[in-house]
Amino acid sequence: MSEVQRVGEVIEASTTEFVAQCYELYQLPPLGSLVKTRDESVELYGIVYNAATTSLEPGRRPIARGKDEASEEAIYQSSPQLLKLLRSEFGALVVGHKQGDKLFHYLPPQPARIHSFVYRCEPEEVKEFSQSFDFLNVLINTRLPVSVEELVAASLRQMSQVHEDPHRFLVAAGKELAILLSGEFNRLKAILGRIKE
Amino acid sequence: MSQRLGIVVSGSLTKGVEVRLDSSASVEDMAVGRYVTIEGERQRFFGMITDVSLGVIDQKLSLIPPDVSDPFISEVLAGTSTYGALHVLPMLTISGDVTSLIEGPQPVKTVPSHFSAVNLASQQDVELVFGKEDERKFYIGTPLDMETKICLNLEELVKRSNGIFGKSGTGKTFLTRLLLIGMLQKGTAVNLVFDMHSEYGWEGRSEEGRKVKALKQLFPSKVAVFTLDEESSRRRRVSTDFVVRIGYDEIEPEDIGLLRQTLNLTEASVQAVYQLAREFGDKRWIEATLSLGDGDETKQLLTRLSIHDSTYRNLRRGLETIRRLPFLLPCSPDNPVKRILEYLDEGMNVVLEFGRYTDITAYILVANLLTRRIHAQYRERMEKAIGEDIAPPRPLVITIEEAHKFLNPEVASQTIFGTIAREMRKYNVTLLVIDQRPSGIDDEVMSQIGTKITCLLDNERDIDSVLAGVSGRSELKSVLARLESRQQALIFGHAVPMPVVVRTREYGSAESYRGFIAGGETEIRKQAEKDIEELWE
Repeated sequence: MSEVQRVGEVIEASTTEFVAQCYELYQLPPLGSLVKTRDESVELYGIVYNAATTSLEPGRRPIARGKDEASEEAIYQSSPQLLKLLRSEFGALVVGHKQGDKLFHYLPPQPARIHSFVYRCEPEEVKEFSQSFDFLNVLINTRLPVSVEELVAASLRQMSQVHEDPHRFLVAAGKELAILLSGEFNRLKAILGRIKE
Repeated sequence: MSQRLGIVVSGSLTKGVEVRLDSSASVEDMAVGRYVTIEGERQRFFGMITDVSLGVIDQKLSLIPPDVSDPFISEVLAGTSTYGALHVLPMLTISGDVTSLIEGPQPVKTVPSHFSAVNLASQQDVELVFGKEDERKFYIGTPLDMETKICLNLEELVKRSNGIFGKSGTGKTFLTRLLLIGMLQKGTAVNLVFDMHSEYGWEGRSEEGRKVKALKQLFPSKVAVFTLDEESSRRRRVSTDFVVRIGYDEIEPEDIGLLRQTLNLTEASVQAVYQLAREFGDKRWIEATLSLGDGDETKQLLTRLSIHDSTYRNLRRGLETIRRLPFLLPCSPDNPVKRILEYLDEGMNVVLEFGRYTDITAYILVANLLTRRIHAQYRERMEKAIGEDIAPPRPLVITIEEAHKFLNPEVASQTIFGTIAREMRKYNVTLLVIDQRPSGIDDEVMSQIGTKITCLLDNERDIDSVLAGVSGRSELKSVLARLESRQQALIFGHAVPMPVVVRTREYGSAESYRGFIAGGETEIRKQAEKDIEELWE
């Protein structure tokens, strides 16, 4: 597994989600992308649903510094400590796990462990994971700070990029959603509106 | 390769099953009247599409329609939130087990289980159900959108009376010609055709004005053309075999009874006929009545028979109409019934052309008169055959047009045709009824008709009367009302295992004639071989 794909480390974990801090400021995986972490023999898959960059100390808010600087980069150059005083972290919703060679599209028996490394999934893995749309059911049934429709749409858009025929993938996913959201046409419409090319 | 359409989602035996279409199958490709097979767990069902409908999973969709101009959205919604549905009437089971192999397709007694796959019926399936063309089966047409031949079992067909119905101009005549040719070709029965418009014997015309050949031209050795109107036949260059002349002495009081409506006679006049017949004798009552003068003698006679003067006048007017028919003579030189029977006995088919006398009075009078005597003869022979254990007479099929005039509820009980429709099956005589107003035919007669072939009908009452007593009739109704106005017919009843919509076989091209004659020739050859064998035995 290449180091390039390693994006951070778990700093908070529960059965349904985990929060990871990025090693580099702003090196966040995109919304809806598939990430994974390892817990002994089990690999946990998560979909990034939220990301934030905040001050290291909860009470101290950053202050504006760019009044006399020419560009935004110059702020960081003249105050290199900033990179250490701020941090980027993201939350991922656990949508499946892999035990040995078997992929399961439901919650793992154990949550992730703190300080487990978090990796972005390779296109091949994303493809394998998205063979089944069972994870959509997990996604649309959770309560999240971001809108679920946004998240579903973002993750499908992400996944479609690794398929040879993105259109076919999206249509198939759309049909699955149409069945899952059979009584909630407005939600379906919101998602479909966000994934059409 | 059969094409998968969808799955069974609900249904019942009486009402048929609902099939939800797969998203890959478009409702617009479906058609009422098409055949499908349903793969049940243990049995295969054969059925017909009787309705096509649209469904939505969420009612909101029909209230606030989605933006279907976007191809992505419409593609996603098709088959999921919105779907097509079929109503299928399972009719037969065609499972491959031993009993069904021996006995052929069986009528359904149950429905397929939930979510059974539904496919379009393949050619083999249709062939399995309707059989292949052979010595007894006659190829009448193809199902819609298929090339398979649909065959009628003519041997079964002629065992019952049959009907061909349809609005005028929908192809009844062509269908009748086809059926008659089928019977000639297979030799299952001899035909007596009362050809009102002279279109079965020699050539007729298609609606485009093209000449089409008829029976005598195709099977010259098997068909005899009789005519009532020699002149018309000669003008049309028809080679006739016999000119029918009918003597007054052959008209019986019953014949007048049937003409009551067409001659505008009162009930009293019909009664008077019987009285006059008793007075003058069955043979010469018409002549005698017509020669009655206005003198006192007549008055005395009428008083004696207690016939009112107005009744007499009414009757007289009616009889004058009959007298004006040129083929009626005071005394006929030949006996047409005898001649017809001679031909029929030889296995010749007789077409009686009416020429110019297409008015209904002549038709009813002649058809009735001849049929009654032929019927009596057949009855006698059949009884003799039973008693003496000899071969029964050949099955006879009598074709009549404008059947509602003979078989309407008022006269059906009196006419010979009513009797034939009801009971003559036993005496090897059946009817081929051609009519455009089936609602005018007596219910009792309709219910006895074995196989019904109907072209497009659009009058509610006609449709009801044709479909009376058929299972799945509301479904068939929708099929019947949507037939094309030409070359399409719904066949159901005794000679087919299930109701079937056919595009009728082509008739009128040189190739079609070859097809008819080829089938006939093998028959002739076979007959010849048989004769040779018998000769050397």
